[in-house]
Amino acid sequence: MGQITLSGVTKTFGATAVIPPLDLVINDGEFVVFVGPSGCGKSTLLRLIAGLEDTSAGKIMIDGADATDQPPAARKLAMVFQSYALYPHMTVRKNIAFPLKMAGMDAAEAARRVDRAAGVLNLTAYLDRKPGQLSGGQRQRVAIGRAIVREPAAFLFDEPLSNLDAALRVGMRQEISELHQTLKTTMIYVTHDQVEAMTMADKIVVLNAGRIEQVGSPLDLYRSPANVFVAGFIGSPRMNLITGEAAVQHGATTIGVRPEHLDITADGPWEGQVVLTEHLGSDTFLKVGIAGIGAVTVRGNGEDTHRPGDRLRLSPQPGKLHRFGADGRVMTA
Amino acid sequence: MARKSSATAKIVTTGFAWAMALLIFFPILWIVILSFKSEGDAIATPLTMLSAPWTTATYTEVLNRSDYFGFFWNSVILAVGSTLMALLIAIPAAWAMAFQPGPRTKDLLMWMLSTKMMPAVGVMVPMYLLFRDLGLLDTRIGLLIVLTLVNLPIVVWMLYTYFKEIPTEILEASRMDGASLRSEILYVLTPMAVPGIASTLLLNIILAWNEAFWTLRLTTVDAAPLTAFIASYSSPEGLFYAKLSAASTMAIAPIVILGWFSQKQLVRGLTFGAVK
Repeated sequence: MGQITLSGVTKTFGATAVIPPLDLVINDGEFVVFVGPSGCGKSTLLRLIAGLEDTSAGKIMIDGADATDQPPAARKLAMVFQSYALYPHMTVRKNIAFPLKMAGMDAAEAARRVDRAAGVLNLTAYLDRKPGQLSGGQRQRVAIGRAIVREPAAFLFDEPLSNLDAALRVGMRQEISELHQTLKTTMIYVTHDQVEAMTMADKIVVLNAGRIEQVGSPLDLYRSPANVFVAGFIGSPRMNLITGEAAVQHGATTIGVRPEHLDITADGPWEGQVVLTEHLGSDTFLKVGIAGIGAVTVRGNGEDTHRPGDRLRLSPQPGKLHRFGADGRVMTA
Repeated sequence: MARKSSATAKIVTTGFAWAMALLIFFPILWIVILSFKSEGDAIATPLTMLSAPWTTATYTEVLNRSDYFGFFWNSVILAVGSTLMALLIAIPAAWAMAFQPGPRTKDLLMWMLSTKMMPAVGVMVPMYLLFRDLGLLDTRIGLLIVLTLVNLPIVVWMLYTYFKEIPTEILEASRMDGASLRSEILYVLTPMAVPGIASTLLLNIILAWNEAFWTLRLTTVDAAPLTAFIASYSSPEGLFYAKLSAASTMAIAPIVILGWFSQKQLVRGLTFGAVK
């Protein structure tokens, strides 16, 4: 089990409300990603759930029991930190066994669990090494191993991949996703990287200044952003957000259209000049300057042959144009 | 050109450093030389000391006259005991100040250090009266308490500095892993702080070993450490330089040897945090 319910959870430091009252339900077995820009309160929220910070108000329920005032150890949650936070003076084996030792588990059962976790995480050959003798990816796996041996109600990940290089990050991302599929345990994952959020999550919680902007599946958020913030945050490259006359023509304050939803056509309504081209092999991104609108990004295919200075016309695909009102919220009608 | 002048500068600074080191070391060298001379040669004028015959007679005389090992044993008990007592108090104190600081933690640290700025003689009379009334005069337990308290601020400060270097996330990880406060300090914090604790321990043993103000004033015989042993050779009937030197050499030798073997640890400890 691993259902976590936050009701009216608030965190203030002095007069500053880092997290204004917030409600959220995380279902058992879900992979939930908290995503948002730096300083949006996502790590604080995770630490509140972990019990490493005290809530200023509100209630945290874990599997139906009130955990608001429980110490971290009593919450049956395991956490993987950004800096790995391994115990440098202990071997990998002792690091992984530490939570079991703290729980008073007998040595034989603990050893069995450590061996099993090490097997799953490809750490068997490194069990007698100290963390200082491991690479970044191996250290991260030890941190995950230390979390899984306890068989916790939920895993909390605090930006676990941000210290790894890009190639390793992709690999570890997949490993964590596979781990979730194997264990089927609730996971809460904090990241500022929306690609990680999109690829890993069952449910994404987009946070901004401590408030939840939108909760939904990755594709929900991609297809139907609730407001300008989510529209601009989810998707890479980011959605083109256009204000002014072009938006007013569509009866909105802001209109948004994703780079992949702009077609280069002979009779498109927006005419502009290519400013920059980026060839990624599979795709080509064109930055196009349009009079009265500004610069927009267009995703073309890998064979696109446009060059800076070329003139072209663009048209948004039907039904793929998002309209936002003066309050920044999406317009339904 | 730059190379040449820097080579000259190197010779000058090296020469200067050696001169300074010899200047500082000279009194100790002088004491050691004196201790191997007869009492008459030690005070002879003009100075004929270096050419005078070497002898170990002074040491034999000192060992016969005083119970060196009694003093030595008291020094060991006081230095090691007070250090361990101070660590026992200072580790949790420094933990609290480093990891659970309150709004007044910095002031508290400053206040603790400020007690070291006060001259000890300022509280000599009340301390003496307290010791007299509590029956602690010339007892090891009384001196252990005083030495512990005298060095406690420095021990807390040093440990606080070491603990500050330990990433908070590691302690948080141990809390998530189910460690109680006791387990956290015992299994995670202390082992990680071992280098820091070791240099604090060494430095404090040296400080306690050398402490002469309280050890001389609050003891006579039973609890008297080596400082009192040295002082007993500066007597009203005159100074006996050779014997005084022999006593001093015997008193400082153990701590110099300890310092020599642990100098790497000590230097590392004293410069900890200075260079990141």
